[in-house]
Amino acid sequence: MNKTVNQKAWFFVLPVLVLVAFNAIVPLMTVVNYSVQETFGDNIFFWAGIAWFEEVLTSSRFHASLGRQLTFTFTILAIEVPLGVIIALAMPRKGPWVSVCLVLMAMPLLIPWNVVGAMWNIFGLPEIGLLGKTLNVMGFDYNYTRQPGDAWFTLILMDVWHWTSLVVLLAYAGLVSIPDAYYQAAKIDGASSWSIFRYIQLPKMKRVLTIAILLRFMDSFNIYTEPSVLTGGGPGNSTTLLSIDLVKIALGQFDLGPAAAMSLVYFLVILLMSWIFYTVMTRNEDQ
Amino acid sequence: MAKINLSGLAHSYMPNPSSDADWALKELNLEWDDGGAYALLGPSGCGKTTLLNIISGLLTPSHGAVLFDDVEVTALPPEQRHIAQVFQFPVVYDTMTVYDNLAFPLRNRGVAEDIVRKRVEEVAEMTDLSATLSKRASGLTADGKQKISLGRGLVREDVNAILFDEPLTVIDPHLKFQLRSKLKELHHRVSNTMIYVTHDQTEALTFADKVVVMNVGEVVQIGTPEELFEVPQHTFVGHFIGSPGMNVLPCTVENGEAIFAGRRIEAVNAAGVSPGQAELGVRPEYVTFAPDGLDARVTRVSDAGRFSVADIECGASRLKMLVREGTEIPAENARIAFDPSSTRLYRDGWLCGRNAAS
Amino acid sequence: MPGAALRRANAIQNICYSWTTGRLGALMALELKQVGKRVAGETHVYPTDLVLERGSFNTLLGTTLAGKTTLMQLMAGLEKPTTGEIWFDDVNVTGRPVQKRNVSMVYQQFINYPNMTVFDNIASPLRVARHSEDEIKKRVGAMAELMKISAMLDRRPSELSGGQQQRTAMARAMVKDSDLILLDEPLANLDFKLREELRDELPRIFGQRNCVVVYATTEPSEALLFGGKTAALYEGRVTDFGATGKIYRHPRDLTSAMVFSEPPINTANVRKTEGRILMNENVTWTAPAGLPDGAYTIGIRPHHISPITRDPEAVAIEGTVKVAELSGSESMIHFDAYGDSWVSLSHGVHPFDAGERAVLYADVSRCFYFDTNGKLVAAGGGHTEH
Repeated sequence: MNKTVNQKAWFFVLPVLVLVAFNAIVPLMTVVNYSVQETFGDNIFFWAGIAWFEEVLTSSRFHASLGRQLTFTFTILAIEVPLGVIIALAMPRKGPWVSVCLVLMAMPLLIPWNVVGAMWNIFGLPEIGLLGKTLNVMGFDYNYTRQPGDAWFTLILMDVWHWTSLVVLLAYAGLVSIPDAYYQAAKIDGASSWSIFRYIQLPKMKRVLTIAILLRFMDSFNIYTEPSVLTGGGPGNSTTLLSIDLVKIALGQFDLGPAAAMSLVYFLVILLMSWIFYTVMTRNEDQ
Repeated sequence: MAKINLSGLAHSYMPNPSSDADWALKELNLEWDDGGAYALLGPSGCGKTTLLNIISGLLTPSHGAVLFDDVEVTALPPEQRHIAQVFQFPVVYDTMTVYDNLAFPLRNRGVAEDIVRKRVEEVAEMTDLSATLSKRASGLTADGKQKISLGRGLVREDVNAILFDEPLTVIDPHLKFQLRSKLKELHHRVSNTMIYVTHDQTEALTFADKVVVMNVGEVVQIGTPEELFEVPQHTFVGHFIGSPGMNVLPCTVENGEAIFAGRRIEAVNAAGVSPGQAELGVRPEYVTFAPDGLDARVTRVSDAGRFSVADIECGASRLKMLVREGTEIPAENARIAFDPSSTRLYRDGWLCGRNAAS
Repeated sequence: MPGAALRRANAIQNICYSWTTGRLGALMALELKQVGKRVAGETHVYPTDLVLERGSFNTLLGTTLAGKTTLMQLMAGLEKPTTGEIWFDDVNVTGRPVQKRNVSMVYQQFINYPNMTVFDNIASPLRVARHSEDEIKKRVGAMAELMKISAMLDRRPSELSGGQQQRTAMARAMVKDSDLILLDEPLANLDFKLREELRDELPRIFGQRNCVVVYATTEPSEALLFGGKTAALYEGRVTDFGATGKIYRHPRDLTSAMVFSEPPINTANVRKTEGRILMNENVTWTAPAGLPDGAYTIGIRPHHISPITRDPEAVAIEGTVKVAELSGSESMIHFDAYGDSWVSLSHGVHPFDAGERAVLYADVSRCFYFDTNGKLVAAGGGHTEH
């Protein structure tokens, strides 16, 4: 509503525009360029049409890593969102413990991603890691470097540890913005705690949860650093998520064409799924 | 429906209140009849919301007891007191329809669906919500939402009292007027005990049979709207009720007579008042132009439509008078008089000879 | 005598007003020429012509969503009009951003800098304009005096009452000698009595300034008490504009009369034949002179209907009481009669039970006659100048 008309403002936006151009638009165009060309080195390129796209879309390797990616993303969403909401509900809303809880919650978010990967890498080692050793002492045959199931377990546990806080913080922000009158009215109406959650807290958290789910979806679909440091995609290809596979093709095998086509498909999948998420979740809002 | 007694009630938000100012609510005793319409009226911070929260059970008083139908409920939480409350900002369950909103308190109490339907339709009819029953509650305007809040109280048959916490704050003036008379009308129909908290005298006076006027944590006067208007027990009540408020003019008392602007002024309660400084209280409604009155000067006239408010200088005092439509305002040599049956003496704020006066 | 002086001042102002409409432009300040605003295919303000002079107090009166705030934002330059031009002192300022117009605004919410003292809050526009500290001290002091907050200059806004916070915001708006001061329902969030107090002071506070003051409100009583000029707004249109008393007593049309009436004006359909007005067979009265035969809608304000009367000309209306609101000094009686809802507002305490049959008396000499197009044709028993 309060738009200020000031042409000078454009000058302040200009540096960002330049930055975005070099950061996003130019590389994206380069990728588009690679995706329709074939090269045998020496900077000689041939027109390849949509051949790379056909190859990517029909390749079983792509299907497998896409499948692993979807499994990973939906598993962590299914754990992190409810868990985040539960923790947010359990946090105190007033008093000195609020800041303590908030700091504790924010801590995992402050740790660099590769450090998180390295931490869990050591943490899970069966011989010396606290987690790995403990599990083995307790009688579990746990070894994430050898057994695919254990690798998945560690990978998901790491992500939940790292990112549930984000959902907690967003959900908490939604919760504290609910005026006291709502809780008072619900008490007077004789509502159960489940009803209070279902009809007051959840609807009021909906907006922030939408943002949380979108962010977690996009981030987890893009995830590279942590699994790459933790398992490097192994054992075998069992934890090779899309991004890891992409790097293998592009930088491992230097197949620029297929890698470019794959990253475009990858990008479109994220775009499409984010759009679907967003539309579904905001569908009932204006009515 | 219940009779409400507040006995020896006092509250402080501090653990060890020492001075007078530490008390948000000074000791008070009240008795409210079953089915009455009451208002708590006062400026912000006067303790009216504290008192309301004590009645609803959101706050436990430091002293005293709250009794519903002679049963002590002081320690009971809101949900066990069988009260309903309409808040300042409309509270509706956004994701539910209007129907489900109204049905919510009954369903929570396990009432059978056919009875729910009957009660909801009855209440929707009373509150003019029938046409919107199938709509989402979030789509309604502020006044519609307040009707839902009220309706959730009305559907229950076990309600002891309905409490209103400045319910018309967010409503447009022309709808305010409609909703206000609707509340009054509903009170006649459902005969619930209703308690209405507000800083707006018009709302309090038109809604309530009895008004409790509060100031800095203290009940200043309890009375019918007419009593508050005609015989304010304190200059605060005189000022706070009426628009513009009562004129309070410094005067002296000699031989049981009030002297103001060098003339003897007749006042209802002058007899027996000890000599000295006092204040003369007279409402703008009871100041008139009179040929043999006090010398005065009209400094400003503001048009309020159905009447005008004249600012008057009389002696060393300034006062306001209400001039009815069609009355000529003299430009020069104005003379004013006070209606003797509505002019009273006050000392230290309180009405002189308080019991004799009313 | 002030009464006479006031009348003289009004007369002068009226002459100036006719000059300005004659494009002399000496006193002219803010002029809207066919200014309209559409957002996403929805009209918020229809093309509007309005001339607001320097030294005048103008009230925009209308319900929520009538377009008051949009109109103010257009005047301030916070929004660009989709049609029309805005002129200030004979300069076209339509595209000029708000920073380059000398405008102040006061909002419904009490907007102050929370971490500054009241003094620094009021001084902030002067510091931006790089006035000397001596000058700032002088002007802030004078403004605080005027707004009665001199004792609070060292406090922070959070330590003030709502009324004092709004006084601070108003002082900040006025301290920099703006050409245009816009007040958007500034008293709406205040307690009843604080509102009354400030309402009483505002005309005095703004009285001596050589700027255009525009005040938006939803309350007819505020517009009346401020005097000055009033623009009645209804659904994005200015339906009437002029001296407040005149707009109230001679509304241009039915819509304007409804906007400018609290409680709402009573209306009923009547016919005029053979020198008499007929509401139905039983309710009839002598028609005002010169009114042509035909169908009319009458408008009669609630305070012109009373349960008691000494006026032999008053017309009796029989109806069923819905509810009587007795405020201690006045009675507001809501009743149904002849298929319409009526409201009477009278002095004194007149109790009625709900459902009771009652006779109320309408002072028809005060009623408005609107033709079938809603235009006012007669008011208070005679023709109007409209």
